[in-house]
Amino acid sequence: MSDQKSIVAIDDLSVSFATDGGDVKAIDGVTLDVHPREVLAIVGESGSGKSVTARTIIGLLPETATANGAVVLQSKSGGEHNIVRTSGERMRQLRGQEVAMVFQEASTALNPVFPVGWQIAEGIRAHTKVKRKEAQRMAVEILEKVGIPNAAERVKEYPHQFSGGQKQRIVIAQALVQSPGLILADEPTTALDVTVQAEILDLLRRARDEFETAVVIITHNMGVVADLADRVAVMYQGKLVEQAEVHELFASPKHDYTKALLDAVPHVGMGRSRAAARAVDRAEQRGRGEALEPAVVAKGLEITYAGRFGRSGFKAVKGVDFEIYPGEVLGLVGESGSGKTTIGRAMAGLTPVSGGSMTVLGTEMLGVRERDFKPLRSDIGFVFQDPATSFNPLLTIGQNVAEPFIVHGKAENAEDAQQQVHDLLESVQLPKAFADRFPHELSGGQRQRASLARGIALKPKLLIADEPTSALDVSVQARVLELFNELQDEFGFACLFISHDLAVVDMLADRIAVLLHGEMVEEGTGAEVLGDPKHPYTQRLLASLPVPDPVEQAKRRERLHELQSQ
Amino acid sequence: MTTAPVSKKAPLLHRLPIIREYRKSVGLQRWMLLIGLIITALILLMAIFAPLIAPYGYSQLRDDSGAFGARVAPNAEHWFGTTVGGYDVLSRFIWGSQTAVLVMIMAVVLSLFIGVLLGLVSGYIGGWLDRILVVVADAIYAFPSLLLAIVMAIMISGGQSDMLGGILAAALSITVVFIPQYFRVTRAEVVRVKSEAFVESSKVIGASSGRIMFRHVLRNSTRTLPLIMTLNAAEAVLTLAGLGFIGFGIEPSSAAEWGYDLNRSIADVASGVWWTALFPGLAIVLAVLGLTLVGESLNDLADPRLRTRRASGGGKVQSTSVQAEQADAQTDADTGDEEARA
Repeated sequence: MSDQKSIVAIDDLSVSFATDGGDVKAIDGVTLDVHPREVLAIVGESGSGKSVTARTIIGLLPETATANGAVVLQSKSGGEHNIVRTSGERMRQLRGQEVAMVFQEASTALNPVFPVGWQIAEGIRAHTKVKRKEAQRMAVEILEKVGIPNAAERVKEYPHQFSGGQKQRIVIAQALVQSPGLILADEPTTALDVTVQAEILDLLRRARDEFETAVVIITHNMGVVADLADRVAVMYQGKLVEQAEVHELFASPKHDYTKALLDAVPHVGMGRSRAAARAVDRAEQRGRGEALEPAVVAKGLEITYAGRFGRSGFKAVKGVDFEIYPGEVLGLVGESGSGKTTIGRAMAGLTPVSGGSMTVLGTEMLGVRERDFKPLRSDIGFVFQDPATSFNPLLTIGQNVAEPFIVHGKAENAEDAQQQVHDLLESVQLPKAFADRFPHELSGGQRQRASLARGIALKPKLLIADEPTSALDVSVQARVLELFNELQDEFGFACLFISHDLAVVDMLADRIAVLLHGEMVEEGTGAEVLGDPKHPYTQRLLASLPVPDPVEQAKRRERLHELQSQ
Repeated sequence: MTTAPVSKKAPLLHRLPIIREYRKSVGLQRWMLLIGLIITALILLMAIFAPLIAPYGYSQLRDDSGAFGARVAPNAEHWFGTTVGGYDVLSRFIWGSQTAVLVMIMAVVLSLFIGVLLGLVSGYIGGWLDRILVVVADAIYAFPSLLLAIVMAIMISGGQSDMLGGILAAALSITVVFIPQYFRVTRAEVVRVKSEAFVESSKVIGASSGRIMFRHVLRNSTRTLPLIMTLNAAEAVLTLAGLGFIGFGIEPSSAAEWGYDLNRSIADVASGVWWTALFPGLAIVLAVLGLTLVGESLNDLADPRLRTRRASGGGKVQSTSVQAEQADAQTDADTGDEEARA
């Protein structure tokens, strides 16, 4: 491919941002080429400069940024443009026609007050003089091509009438309609469920094969890389550390960081031996006659969100049964909207139970009063999804972690609880000095560890972890999960572990429950559910999960297509 | 998240509210803030040191050398001239600042506490209480403050008032109009903050509503209050001046008040006496301008999207990596241990 002229040639690009704390360099001397008709994946942890690189290519840097170096874009007509020195009207003409962008959140990238067809036509009419009818016809055509059924009718509908995956298809259609030479996709599947993600990745593959565009995909998901990319560029701390063909990179990574990154990716099947060992322990305990009372029992659990103004409510959970025994980790898996978070919130008394029965540590949650539930709260820990928002930003980490002690009268104030707080921070492997820092002064992983410390502050019998690692980078995620594992061994709490990532759940959970539209479709040990899934939904879920191995992933893709055609 | 290794805490002086914002500002925004601060500070100083600075008392009509005389043009004795009533304009200009500052403080203090408290409770608890309070606040919002102030002035002291009566009338009427503003702003912030995960996490811990409201929600919802406080103070000055101008203000013998002086100078303007109208008018404009400049710049600076920054060119790559952070945490732990040993 090297004999072809590259569509984008980035040469020694540096970008700095002016911030309140002085200037920060986001990219440092990156040199990178994108060839026609190839998918280049840029991977790296958050803050490594991968998004900034993409935004420089399309000239969408904020005013506070200064770029140095050259980004030369090859246009369809054969002209060359140095984006760093192009601005205003010229740049506007290039955008859309020569290079287009697909954003992470399709729901915010589409304007909610205009029909989708209008929005696609808008892009066409911004560049070429075509009649409105003609533009509309082109919109229908491209929507059909990206796989929106009944495109001729649906073209008049508004974004909210489409599902999340369809919205992302429309955004991609918007990008494809002018047949640009290059599409930049910034985390295009991060906000989507795995089954939908697989479809969008298929579509991007078609963009390369059928529309003959080059695609730059930015992602932190190594599975996505293995599935889609032809070539991979690894970024680390603003520098490009490694560039290789996808097979070569996965087979023999050269840079230390790439190796660490690949090692950190969780695989399905990693936690099976551990779960088996614990199952044996538990059987022994039962054998010794220690009858264990389950910590949580749910029978026909129903949770309804009240409707507004007389409209009937929305039933998020429809008759779910499960039990969690002391010391056991139940992994709850499902896509967004499956009701998994609702179950976790109901267990913590944040959402009322509307039907059936759920007993948490001996208290019936159906119609429970806050006054009766309050004493139990010291036995329940909760770890939130986003560690950035789950701490009061005006209190130090120490004060935040001390809150449970103060609220339950075990300490007068934060100084009183200092010793306990230090012990807790130590148990989550954070230095004591961190107690005096404010939440924003910690990185995502450190914050989530502090959040774990707060969750286990009162030695709870039950811990509810709601997607505790989904906001973290893969490498950080691995360490937080490891820590979680150690803490669970040490404190032996029962745990509901909510996640959308099968591989993560597999690492930690003794048993796995799969939710679909508020109903439990499958439950069993990790080996049962992931090794030999019975329900077609679980099979599809498992097959959709991309694995970080291009060869293996190609096989899995075949299998998924088979499943889908059935 | 890009989180730099924590730098040392800035000295206390640099973390104080307005100074912190000033240090963040650049260019035009810094100038706006600076000019606003200077004007406001001058007026404050003038109010505090009025007895020392003013050449005469606010109601003084004569000195040892006899009566000042009416409508005397600016001269060495009376820098700003004298009014139709025979007062020294400069002295009333200076003493007037005292009245203005008092009315600002009163108006802000009275409305701040009630408005913020109501907003907090209404936003956090919600339900029917919230709905009623919002409707009431909207109704009051539609009420013209000057009309209210006139009614207040009549109620408090029958229209012609002494210093305290006049100030109270202006401050209270402003309070009534500004409580809804504090209320709305605080409520909107509280509603936003209420859904943040850290509030839920305190709920899960089992904290009481009172504790959540005052420890977690309140302090996170006060971001935009400084802006409203400056607008509130400016509005108070204007209302007091308006009251004085239409004749419901403070008697010249009980305090100096710019609006009253303006009222008295209407006839002067036509007869070519410019100094009696110019200086009190200027005083009102400056007081309001100074406060508004401070308020607007604080608002712009508080919002990262509106804040201008110095053009950037260099800078260092920030360590955002896990490995580096691990090392960082390790060294921290080491130093921690050493400290413990020592």
